[in-house]
Amino acid sequence: MPELYRIPLGEWVDRLVDWLTANLTGFFDIVSDVLAWSVSHLEDLLLLPPALVLTTLLALFAWWIRGRGFAVFTFLAFALIESMNLWERSMSTLSLVLVASSIAVAVGLPVGIAAARNETVSTTVRPVLDFMQTMPAFVYLIPAIFFFGIGQVPGVVSTLVFSMPPAVRLTELGIRQVDEEVVEAGEAFGATPRQILTKVQIPLALPTIMAGVNQVIMLALSMVVIAGIVGAGGLGGAVFIAITRLNVGLGFEGGLAVVILAIFLDRVTSALSDRATLYKHT
Amino acid sequence: MPQIELEHVYKVFGRHADEALKLLQQGVGRDEVQEKTGAVGAVIDASFGVEQGEIFVVMGLSGSGKSTVVRTINRLFEPTAGTVRIDGENITQMDPKELRRVRAEKISMVFQHFALFPHRTVLENAAWGLEVQKVESDEQRRRAEESLDLVGLGGWGDSYPGQLSGGMQQRVGLARALATNADILLMDEAFSALDPLIRREMQDQLVDLQESLHKTIVFITHDLNEAMRLGDRIAMMKDGQIVQIGTGEQILSDPANDYVASFVSDVDRARFLTAEAVMEEPIAVVLKREGPAAAMREMRQRQVSGLFILGPGRRLIGATLDDEVIEAVRRGDVSLDNITHTEIPAVAPETPLAELFMPSAKSILPLPVVKDGRLLGVIPRVTLLAAVARTGTASRDLKEIQIPSEKPGAEGRDPDGEGSDPDVEGPGQEDNGDAREAEIPHA
Repeated sequence: MPELYRIPLGEWVDRLVDWLTANLTGFFDIVSDVLAWSVSHLEDLLLLPPALVLTTLLALFAWWIRGRGFAVFTFLAFALIESMNLWERSMSTLSLVLVASSIAVAVGLPVGIAAARNETVSTTVRPVLDFMQTMPAFVYLIPAIFFFGIGQVPGVVSTLVFSMPPAVRLTELGIRQVDEEVVEAGEAFGATPRQILTKVQIPLALPTIMAGVNQVIMLALSMVVIAGIVGAGGLGGAVFIAITRLNVGLGFEGGLAVVILAIFLDRVTSALSDRATLYKHT
Repeated sequence: MPQIELEHVYKVFGRHADEALKLLQQGVGRDEVQEKTGAVGAVIDASFGVEQGEIFVVMGLSGSGKSTVVRTINRLFEPTAGTVRIDGENITQMDPKELRRVRAEKISMVFQHFALFPHRTVLENAAWGLEVQKVESDEQRRRAEESLDLVGLGGWGDSYPGQLSGGMQQRVGLARALATNADILLMDEAFSALDPLIRREMQDQLVDLQESLHKTIVFITHDLNEAMRLGDRIAMMKDGQIVQIGTGEQILSDPANDYVASFVSDVDRARFLTAEAVMEEPIAVVLKREGPAAAMREMRQRQVSGLFILGPGRRLIGATLDDEVIEAVRRGDVSLDNITHTEIPAVAPETPLAELFMPSAKSILPLPVVKDGRLLGVIPRVTLLAAVARTGTASRDLKEIQIPSEKPGAEGRDPDGEGSDPDVEGPGQEDNGDAREAEIPHA
């Protein structure tokens, strides 16, 4: 049987990564500095007030955005984190997630808008998104370490890559779902594409876009353990230590803190999304 | 010079549009072209001109290309071939910026499903065309309010479209179109999504507005009644082609081909009109919960001898007559239950005029028009006769009128029916129903 030619795909990727590391060091350094700076400053900010003060503030925010029940939950849940001695790790994780999600949304929204308006962009972007979402995260963790070293930055980058697709997908979907006739009504009166986008399509797509933002944050949180492995610290670090020491209790506590952050962020973003839909009932 | 001018306009959808266009231009049939190329000729060689101040109706069934052709006028759809001129300017060659100027200043549009912006208030909706042109905001507000007043929605500016009924929403659509002061109004099945009576009201309002505004209106519809009612001229479309252009009278009396003929054949004058086209607002009604005293007062006020009884949601429950109501009041009844006749004839809104004579003749009260149990309107006999008299040659219509009077004549009268109980006729009781003819003068 003739042997099929072995395409040296792996070697090519190796060489590409080598080349990138060698030639784009300056660029990666800048990215690395910016990311590290944002995460650490946000972390400092979150750690500035005593844990119970911030907990109270978060509970008040929860009350304002959703109601009393959610406020009570928020207070108890964050107090529990503090009592488990996971406060600093949690704030570290929270700032990593917030930075990664903000960048994911900031990049994902325009790409989603472009994809909604242009078929070529849409068909090009789709396989890239599939790649980002399904390629096992450990695989791109390796080059991320090459480029950015150990620490929070490769954690942010891999979280960013993994969590961006829903921002793009749901933005595209939301804009495409806006009633064709309503868009025509915009055009028929001589609106520019930009006016239609900002005054018609985005406002009407907002609930769907917000659902996308919610998904971004959820996916970002699910990456924290993996980020912990590359030395990003935070709750992921705690869980990773628990795994290496086979310490069930510590692992559970770290996991529970992740769940608390997830529930809190999910409820906040879905409340925002509900607000975006409110006009339909007025 | 016509204000709107289309010359040999084609619109082909799908891949291989160029190839399909060539075939269509050579006169190959639409179906054959679709089979060969996969592309659909939605509009094939459309040419017409619309004069300033005219209401030009494009009429056809769904899939005939009428909504596509209207969209080539403001280039919401790019014509595949041909030219469109507005006030002599060839808009097919305009760059996007010029095109936006023409859309903003000269052409406005009203849509089938209203296409309002649900996140903007009624006023902001009406001001859309002005906002797009970056008109100063006080001016925007003033002109949007003016056009809302014009369509009878003054004071609704702060509401949201979702809070308004369908008819009111389409008025917002109309106000939005009027606010820019554009001379040309494209109306794509603008009233098709509305309830029949609201639709009539909107048609009347449009005719009124047109008397003072003198817009150039291209009105798309699939409803022949609406076309006849509104159109100065009507273009009939079939399978993407315009098969005839003429006044309503010309199309009725001299159809260009078999298709138009078959379309208007049912017209047979009395037939092209349907119950919903002639029905009127029911005024002689009483709500079931109101009781006999209220019914009596209503009858005196309206000077009628019978009332329809309605339940919640305008559900038609039955009818009652004057002598019974007086009897009930004397007995001191508090409900209408004892004097409700539930077996009354009723017709569906789409019933042709010709089929209304029989039930109308048998009904003491005006004929109720009912859909899903709801009372949409009523047809008093005089309305029916007037509609027939209006629509056409007398000889043909007389035949239609004779139908009800022939039958009782042939079968004779049933003396039992003339008693004191003027029961209203149920549709299932035709056999012994003849006697009720005697009661007609009652109504």
